Amino acid sequence: MDTNFVIEKFILVTVIFAISLVIAMYSTYAERKVAAFLQDRLGPDRAGPFGILQPLADGVKMFMKEEIIPSSSNKWLFLVGPGLAMLCACIGTAVIPWGQDITINGKVMPLQVTDINVGLLYIFGVVSLGVYGIMIGGWASNNKFSLLSAIRAASQNISYEIAMGLSIIALLLVTNTLSLKSIVEQQSSWHWNVIYQPLGFLIFMVCSFAETNRAPFDLPECEAELNGGYHMEYSSMKLGFYLFAEYINMFVSSTVMATLYFGGYNYPGMDYMATILGPFWAPLFGSFIFFMKIFAFIFFFMWVRWTIPRFRYDQLMNLGWKVLIPLAIANIVITGIVIALVNNF
Amino acid sequence: MGTSVFYFVATLSIFFALMVIFAKNPIHSVLYLILTFFTFTVHYVLLNAQFLAVVNFIVYMGAIMVLFLFVLMLLNLNKENEPNKTALIKVIGVVAGGCLFITLAGSLKAVSINNPLTLSNPNIGLVENLGKELFGPFMLPFELSSILLLSAMVGAVLLTKKEEKDNG
Repeated sequence: MDTNFVIEKFILVTVIFAISLVIAMYSTYAERKVAAFLQDRLGPDRAGPFGILQPLADGVKMFMKEEIIPSSSNKWLFLVGPGLAMLCACIGTAVIPWGQDITINGKVMPLQVTDINVGLLYIFGVVSLGVYGIMIGGWASNNKFSLLSAIRAASQNISYEIAMGLSIIALLLVTNTLSLKSIVEQQSSWHWNVIYQPLGFLIFMVCSFAETNRAPFDLPECEAELNGGYHMEYSSMKLGFYLFAEYINMFVSSTVMATLYFGGYNYPGMDYMATILGPFWAPLFGSFIFFMKIFAFIFFFMWVRWTIPRFRYDQLMNLGWKVLIPLAIANIVITGIVIALVNNF
Repeated sequence: MGTSVFYFVATLSIFFALMVIFAKNPIHSVLYLILTFFTFTVHYVLLNAQFLAVVNFIVYMGAIMVLFLFVLMLLNLNKENEPNKTALIKVIGVVAGGCLFITLAGSLKAVSINNPLTLSNPNIGLVENLGKELFGPFMLPFELSSILLLSAMVGAVLLTKKEEKDNG
């Protein structure tokens, strides 16, 4: 194997990993600031100017807390739970194309860790694996409330995965490929998939809210009924990992939505900008636009959280099985018919 | 390199598969089964069958095993309510397991290792090629199996409906 290749990928992986962690870290700060804005409060403003050091203070606090492992818990699995949650949250970004190929000193370098030809399914697989962290942690705590929460999380994720998979099938009919790089390249300039798949996007978005356990789908951590949820027995940084994994998941699903439906790094007038900026700055500007889209989605996640109250369990199941799945199947049928008509006439 | 990776992963598969049987706790059994399926995913990747690998990952690891775990957690199995196994059940188990072992050993003996099967197209496992195979020469069996799955699904829904009627 080529040494340069390994170094190149290593740097890319490190940078992406660092970016996801920093964004997740500042999402916790942004969440509180957005909540404060929506509720007409000030939000955290003590640590540093505008409270900008608040995430660091939180991190230090988490590390300093006493670590308690319940004596009746299954110790090994109790430790595996939060680790698995973090792992599944972090590996999803490996197949995302972060920008066009960048030219550094005459050498072309792709801004994507790997372009496997089943990239979309890989993301879907990682998402479906994410629930194990919650289930194992909830069960290993040996606490009835944690177990109930874990079971809720499992049933919720399984139910919404189906609708999510069906909305992806409709998207595949449009794109004809599973490789994320090709999917983004097809959406050049303003040909974003959301224009061709508005209903599919809506279903996908609702399902990603459910898969990340974000409000209004945060039933696994419903404090009114479950005294806290699957992480009730956790303390110190293990609790921190669970909370942090949720923010990384939010970042990853924002990224996936921006990639699949909102053109990734594409923006109207990008060909014109490429002639002005040259082969080094133009891809970076594309990545900048991409991150703006991601931040817009993250803001939307937070906006919804502080606007819509939590679902009841029966409402959750009704929405998943009786609304989203039929809608997604109808979307597949309509998309198929339209594509057949367009191709034949 | 490929061969050594294969032997490493194969050893892991057998180890985890044995742990599925030997683990005392049913939840641990399921977790080992998940690891076994993960090693199968690696095997598929080694065979250049990327689509099968990722589908195995999603369907078996991500969906079916979540349901297994879900059911076991609901059952809340522990030592006290473990059903007592009579000697008869144990004998039946040994005989059935022995029969399966003889069948497997016999079929393995029939396979000649000296001339292994070589694929005419090594990229058959990629999504595009697999799709063309499935919807071309194997169209009829593919569609028939989908009808079979659909009828199983409808049957499962019907079972829950009937119960509701009896209760109310």
